[in-house]
Amino acid sequence: MIAITNLTIETAHENLKNGAYTCRELLDVYLENIKRRNKELNAYLEIYNDVYEQAEIATEKFKNGTAGLLTGIPFAIKDNILLKGKIASAGSRILENYKATYDATVMKCLKKAGAIVIGRTNMDEFAMGSSTQNSAFGATRNPLDPSLVPGGSSGGSAAAVAGEMALVALGTETCGSVREPAAFCGLVGLKPTYGALSRHGIIAMGNSLDQVSPFGKTVRDVEIIFKALSQYDEEDSTSVPEDLRKGKNSAGKKIGVPWHLFKEGVDPSIMENFKESLEKFKKAGYEILEIETPTSKYSLAAYYIIMPAEVSTNLARFDGMRYGYHEEADNLLGVYKKSRAQGFGREARRRILLGTYVLSHGYYDAYYNKAIKVRQKIRKEIMNTFETVDLIATPPAPFLPFKIGEKLEDPVAMYLCDVFNAPANLSGTPSIAIPSGKNNKGLPFSIQLTAPHWREDWLFEAGKKFESIR
Amino acid sequence: MERLAELARIELTEEEKESLLRDFDSILAYVKQIEEVPINSEGNPEAEEARNVLREDEPLNRDFSKESIISQFPDSRDGFLKVKKIL
Repeated sequence: MIAITNLTIETAHENLKNGAYTCRELLDVYLENIKRRNKELNAYLEIYNDVYEQAEIATEKFKNGTAGLLTGIPFAIKDNILLKGKIASAGSRILENYKATYDATVMKCLKKAGAIVIGRTNMDEFAMGSSTQNSAFGATRNPLDPSLVPGGSSGGSAAAVAGEMALVALGTETCGSVREPAAFCGLVGLKPTYGALSRHGIIAMGNSLDQVSPFGKTVRDVEIIFKALSQYDEEDSTSVPEDLRKGKNSAGKKIGVPWHLFKEGVDPSIMENFKESLEKFKKAGYEILEIETPTSKYSLAAYYIIMPAEVSTNLARFDGMRYGYHEEADNLLGVYKKSRAQGFGREARRRILLGTYVLSHGYYDAYYNKAIKVRQKIRKEIMNTFETVDLIATPPAPFLPFKIGEKLEDPVAMYLCDVFNAPANLSGTPSIAIPSGKNNKGLPFSIQLTAPHWREDWLFEAGKKFESIR
Repeated sequence: MERLAELARIELTEEEKESLLRDFDSILAYVKQIEEVPINSEGNPEAEEARNVLREDEPLNRDFSKESIISQFPDSRDGFLKVKKIL
């Protein structure tokens, strides 16, 4: 029996290389867990029918000496990442039968590396949500306690890793959709610098915010995936060319805490754990400073204008005409209206209409135009802050994972899950969630660190130090 | 709400219109707080750091096939997408 509970990419790689087990044997352990647990947890929407062929390709790479760290590593991928010939539904009825016609650039990279992609994972429809309850294909449950949500929108990918149904996974973030489920499932989740990983072949929600984001059990695993996938892609006009991927110099080992953002709504046990985590960083030689980023408290409000605006534009392409869900009607307009009414779920409809509103004549200046100015101000403030500190620390989420069924009737309460995540997405800075202990019920705590653009290496360095003194 | 639904090409039931109006009230009340943020600068903030990325418009080969696209059409004839009468 292969022990996978504490398995890392590097250990798996060593074992595959020295023949302790084969790619297929490792894959089988995860497939066995999927058989046992996926029905209850609903992490995967589909297990691909070619996983053993993928294992053979990986085995061949070990035989002919072309194997790398990701060769034979079992991945789960979020249902909004295109893999040629496979369904990519974005958790939506409107794309229920849509088969991708090409590979996302990140999938091309994984294929080339010989990684094994086990299947596609459940998500909030079009990545709209913080609990993976908004999927057209049922809610995903938290493997640590199935009565709780796994977070979202990449909750299926988080549950796949936490439930030992994949070694690592890819999700996507628009505002906390990897860091929050990482926190809820006791994993490490990284939102890279905007423009680091290609968005080509990712079903877009908010183009100016979206980033492919990895999950792992350790900081090192997430670092390995990040390094393998972070590269310029000419297919993505917002991908940053290699010569511009330069981070600023270090100000020393200084961590800033924006205490003014903690005024309300943070669970007391999270607050206590967060303070303990800061003590650990002090022991590791970091200096903790209070910082002021006064405009950051408006991040989530600005986000809930900018994102729906981009959603209403992006989702205009789903019209029931060329692919996806199609509903018959007497005339063309009727086909559009019926296909979109029945193909999109409630939250998607809500955000499309909200986006249409904030972009409409007469409201554009007060909402969208103001929001992008606020966003720019938030970004400048954060960049100024990084003149005096190297990292910014907060919890990734203000509360612990909640019950399935909770917060569904109150959109604003659900939106507040991401209050600490929004500044990194709006400013394009990299941010990581790292487990920081458990409460007496075994539910995970987490700490979030944000670094200046292109300084993922500082997140990894601080994260590994933090892991070592846990 | 009817006007928005018309613009967004989404059919809504009476019941959903009501509940969406209630949702809008609470969401707009929340996002309206950005009114408090003082902004001095005029002009387009996105233009400050972002640059357009352009390329030549030339035909290139792609790895997807015509068939993989046509096979997903809800309705087709002779390899063409079939839609309702427009004029």
